[in-house]
Amino acid sequence: MTQNIRKAIQFVHRGEVITLDAFSPRRTVLDWLREDMRLTGTKEGCAEGDCGACTAVVGRLKDGQLVYQPVNTCILLLGQLDGAELITVDDLAQDGVLHPVQAAMVAHHGSQCGFCTPGIVMSLFALYHEDMRPVTREAVCDALAGNLCRCTGYRPIIDAAMDACATGAADSFMAARATTQAGLAALAGPDDVLVGDESSFFAIPRSTDGLARLCLAQPDATLLAGATDVGLWLTKGLMELHKIIWLGRIEGFGAIEATADTLRIGAGASHADAHAHLAAIDPDLGEVIRRFGSAQVRASGTVGGNIANGSPIGDLAPCLIALGGTVELRRGAEVRTVPLEDFFIAYRKQDRRPSEFVAAVTVPKLRPGQQFRAFKVSKRFDEDISAVMGAFRLTVDGGHITEARIAFGGMAATPKRATRTEQALKGISLADEEGWRAAFDAIATEFQPLTDQRATASYRSIIARNLLLKALMEIAGSDGTRLVDRASTPHRHSGAAQRSPEPVAEPT
Amino acid sequence: MNIRSIPGSPLEPLRHVHQPLVHDSATRHVQGTAAYIDDLREPEGTLHIACGLSPVARGALKGMDLDAVRRFPGVVAVFTSADVPGSNDVSPSIGGDPMLAEGRVMFHGQVLFAVAATTRDAARRAARLAKVEIEAETPVVSVDDAGRDGEKVLPDYAFERGDIEAALAASPHRINGMFRIGGQEHFYLEGQAAFAIPKEDGEILVHSSTQHPTEVQHVVAKVLGLPDAFVICEVRRMGGGFGGKESQATQWAAIAALAAHKLKRPCKIRLDRDDDFATTGKRHDMRADYRIGFDDAGRITAYDVDYLTRCGCSADLSQGVVDRAMFHSDSSYWLPVTRINTRRLLTNTVSNTAFRGFGGPQGMLMAERMIDEIAWASGRDPLDVRYANLYREGEDITPYGQKVSELGTMHALIRQLEATADYRARRKDIAAFNAASRIIKRGLALTPVKFGISFTLKQLNQAGALVHVYQDGSIQLNHGGTEMGQGLYQKVAQVVAEEFGVDMARVRITATTTEKVPNTGPTAASSGTDLNARAALNAAMTIKARMADHAASLWNCAAGDISFRDDRVFHGNDSMGFGELSKKAHLDRVQLSATGFYATPGITWDRAAKKGSPFLYFSFGAACAEVEIDTLTGENRLRRVDILHDVGKSLNPAIDIGQIEGGFVQGMGWLTTEELVFDAKGKLLTHAPATYKIPVASDLPADFRVALFPNTNRADVVYASKAVGEPPVMLANAVFCALADAVHALAPGTRVPLDAPATPEAILRACEAVQGRAMGGER
Repeated sequence: MTQNIRKAIQFVHRGEVITLDAFSPRRTVLDWLREDMRLTGTKEGCAEGDCGACTAVVGRLKDGQLVYQPVNTCILLLGQLDGAELITVDDLAQDGVLHPVQAAMVAHHGSQCGFCTPGIVMSLFALYHEDMRPVTREAVCDALAGNLCRCTGYRPIIDAAMDACATGAADSFMAARATTQAGLAALAGPDDVLVGDESSFFAIPRSTDGLARLCLAQPDATLLAGATDVGLWLTKGLMELHKIIWLGRIEGFGAIEATADTLRIGAGASHADAHAHLAAIDPDLGEVIRRFGSAQVRASGTVGGNIANGSPIGDLAPCLIALGGTVELRRGAEVRTVPLEDFFIAYRKQDRRPSEFVAAVTVPKLRPGQQFRAFKVSKRFDEDISAVMGAFRLTVDGGHITEARIAFGGMAATPKRATRTEQALKGISLADEEGWRAAFDAIATEFQPLTDQRATASYRSIIARNLLLKALMEIAGSDGTRLVDRASTPHRHSGAAQRSPEPVAEPT
Repeated sequence: MNIRSIPGSPLEPLRHVHQPLVHDSATRHVQGTAAYIDDLREPEGTLHIACGLSPVARGALKGMDLDAVRRFPGVVAVFTSADVPGSNDVSPSIGGDPMLAEGRVMFHGQVLFAVAATTRDAARRAARLAKVEIEAETPVVSVDDAGRDGEKVLPDYAFERGDIEAALAASPHRINGMFRIGGQEHFYLEGQAAFAIPKEDGEILVHSSTQHPTEVQHVVAKVLGLPDAFVICEVRRMGGGFGGKESQATQWAAIAALAAHKLKRPCKIRLDRDDDFATTGKRHDMRADYRIGFDDAGRITAYDVDYLTRCGCSADLSQGVVDRAMFHSDSSYWLPVTRINTRRLLTNTVSNTAFRGFGGPQGMLMAERMIDEIAWASGRDPLDVRYANLYREGEDITPYGQKVSELGTMHALIRQLEATADYRARRKDIAAFNAASRIIKRGLALTPVKFGISFTLKQLNQAGALVHVYQDGSIQLNHGGTEMGQGLYQKVAQVVAEEFGVDMARVRITATTTEKVPNTGPTAASSGTDLNARAALNAAMTIKARMADHAASLWNCAAGDISFRDDRVFHGNDSMGFGELSKKAHLDRVQLSATGFYATPGITWDRAAKKGSPFLYFSFGAACAEVEIDTLTGENRLRRVDILHDVGKSLNPAIDIGQIEGGFVQGMGWLTTEELVFDAKGKLLTHAPATYKIPVASDLPADFRVALFPNTNRADVVYASKAVGEPPVMLANAVFCALADAVHALAPGTRVPLDAPATPEAILRACEAVQGRAMGGER
């Protein structure tokens, strides 16, 4: 960061450009709203991005188009608003006239205690602005998966959403769309941002080279992607992070590039951005992403951040390992690529050196003869962290398995391959269920899982075995193995992916 | 009694009562302008409080080094038990709930001290800097740790009818078993919060998110050593309560009041969600050890059940909660010979408390397990076993001696649901599906609800109201009930507007405060409307009678010839506006303000004799649930739910349906995904929504059919309505029984050892068990 440094963040709020040049790098959007602005419509329910009471909507330009996405303001850092429009529940009614989603919520008796209601209204506001009509019940439930309501049982809220979204979006925000887009375009300049000083800052590099330089200069800074985990370090861990480098405005950092054989996902791509592309590889992969957190989490959280953070459970990592994915790491000008399974060294320890950052993840597509299955087992179906995540890629030739790649999350301190099972599967016939026994014997020896609040070790061990059985049965042609059919899961590609299902760039 | 509450009387149509009007705060809820405690504008100088919590579940508190806490920038004061001027106890009952720990710690997360600082952030950071010395002892965490004869918070208590041992010995068939029923975190979306503002001469105003303002007032006064009259507690609304703010909002109000009193500055406390989980009680989890005797017809001949209940570290409301589990141990079934024993065990865990249903759900769920056991053993459809055992004429006395009223309602409602849910045809379809499906199995269950309405602590069955009519004809309404989302304020306002014959807009709902209506009970036991609407109606009738007298004097007629409707007052063809009459009455010095009072008549309960009729009436309901399970993982989905529920003649059908659906889903969460996991040291591991999973939108059945059973309350209750808050929770028993039924499909005739909550793990464990495989590794 040697030149063109902006010393303030800028964002649009209520039609005005807000410029903030002094704030703690740890300040959350929610605290800024409630404490600094005294805008108390947005509520804190959990301060960890799980209940959605704090949901607001952030508008950003994606490929020149204004896209509205829901965010959990309790764990969104103030600096992450740079270049965006912020809309909260305080802003929807105009001159005492309720917004269509608000009016529908009233008409359908969608609030009882009312505390979750502002967040629900904002999630529905984002849904209302999606290019999806008609809105299905499944899509509504998906849009609401990150909003807990303890009073209503959700039925009237779902009805309100269906009602409000029965016709196309026609509100004051649509009317002001061109103005808003122009306003955001004016904030799209290429300047790096640094609020604070060398010892305490919120930095926003705008180019990958700039990021590389900044990481070298500030090896102890925290790299922040979506803040869906780092946010909790602050709100729950009360960690004193002084130096934060946010990766959300780096040109091209979230690019998704597809070739005939591979998909390269830039580290900055959100789960919402990547959803359609991953779903195109296999519907199970799409469903894993759909069940990833909530709409709010998928809008903020990134593929790169999920990998870099190295959760032992991380739903995506086992899938990408099974697919033979690699991670691209960069330090200064030096770029190296490691197989994803080797990136995870130990519990919360990754093969990432100081000043090095995850630049991209590359996933091989399925080749002819390859079949993929992924199963997430969690206490609650939506918006939960898996007890066990199993991912299977089997190569089948003439009814026999010629190659297997299997990875599990939740079974060890890191996402881990089941290599003995893979070996045992080689050459077996799919038609001969008795012959699968060697693989079941093998998988029983692979892992020593833990007992924790999500599951006991014995449950995890049985699940690992049973998911293998399920994958084999399905690939062998059985149906009736699932509660929700593989092809019929509700897909709702939120955000940019909804608007541009084609790859952003298609290099030759 | 208001004449219009007599069923069948020839009357003009009601304008407000029985109408599906929207919640009074709905338009504010959706705009974020409905204010909760933390939204109140803070006066200059407001301080924020955070608490230091015990990292140990049990032990002697040897010392606390709080220097670093005090030195932290922004900290103004730190309070320990030594700073309490009055009594350091926030118990709602017999004591044992220190506000700030004193001498010993009793559970992991117990409040040790409180920090007041200029910002909430500073208070939270400072609170973590304490050095606490606790001589840790091995905690008693579960009811199994405590054992049948472990330390108790209250003595054992039992209902007994007949000679249980003889009846069991004489029974043609006998089953013994053990059933674990989990607890539940309230997860009100607004966490515990209180804001105390010091006034003149030691007076203090406490805004509290509480279901029981009077108790907050009394406890704050006791803690500060002040007369009750010095303390005002006000609550406009809660962001959910569900029982979790009945007795356990008090501690936070008292801590805020202590700081405000000592520092003479406004002080606010709002618990972080993790702290709320750690420091506030849950639904009681229980272990039921049971013996059942039944005959060849599947009829119960003897039922012996011994509940080991985890009360936590103190009595709190456990007497009432566990008693209510006993009152509902019959579900809807005749128990000719029975012994219902309860052990109220002390554990080193947070003190368990009220939670919607108040013990009733645990009692009823065990009864449904008993029915399923008989069905599994006898090869009958569980619904037929239910029918065989329902209360009927001549077999209609509960184990505590009350005659079950409205047997006709109970039977008709269940029969109607059986028909509308198409139970028999679906039972056949499911059997066919299961025969053809190897991995996925479906289950079906139809279970009844019978819930007794009234507090079993007699003095709580009273309420007060205060109504003012102003000179412009606008009306202010106040009563002792609190609004936690259940629509109480709206229902009471509808009753008052109806009485005065005015537009709803004339009736201004005001915040509950001990300043206006004193000595109230908690808003609990589903009784909020029954009690407060009646009290408010009585106040309105008093004022209306005075206004009618005045109008009669103006028109020179009898007061009986005056009518109030359409926002006007009529005598024959003459009329005047309600506001006009208000003004005239005032000028003629007519008092336009009145209090109203109501005490539930006719209820009797002698706890020592274990006899009486503690309930004014029963609310009924039934649910039919169809589920499917994945027998490889235990995952499950709810395919369809049909509910038929009795709210008498609904005061507001929209609000009542909302209570039914919401209660059902909350009960479903309790019985499926909501699992409280403590480690061996007594620390709650499921400490926030990331690890504790309440239902989300997609957990609803795709096919969800809810209807009100056409009925009228035979008891003398406002406009023939019935209470609705708690009973729907127990509709979810159908989901649990359907899940067990699906497991049973794997091995018909086998007992299904499914415990609650039926998490995927619990279901898989049961699947393995019925197939003769032990999964091992139980927590």
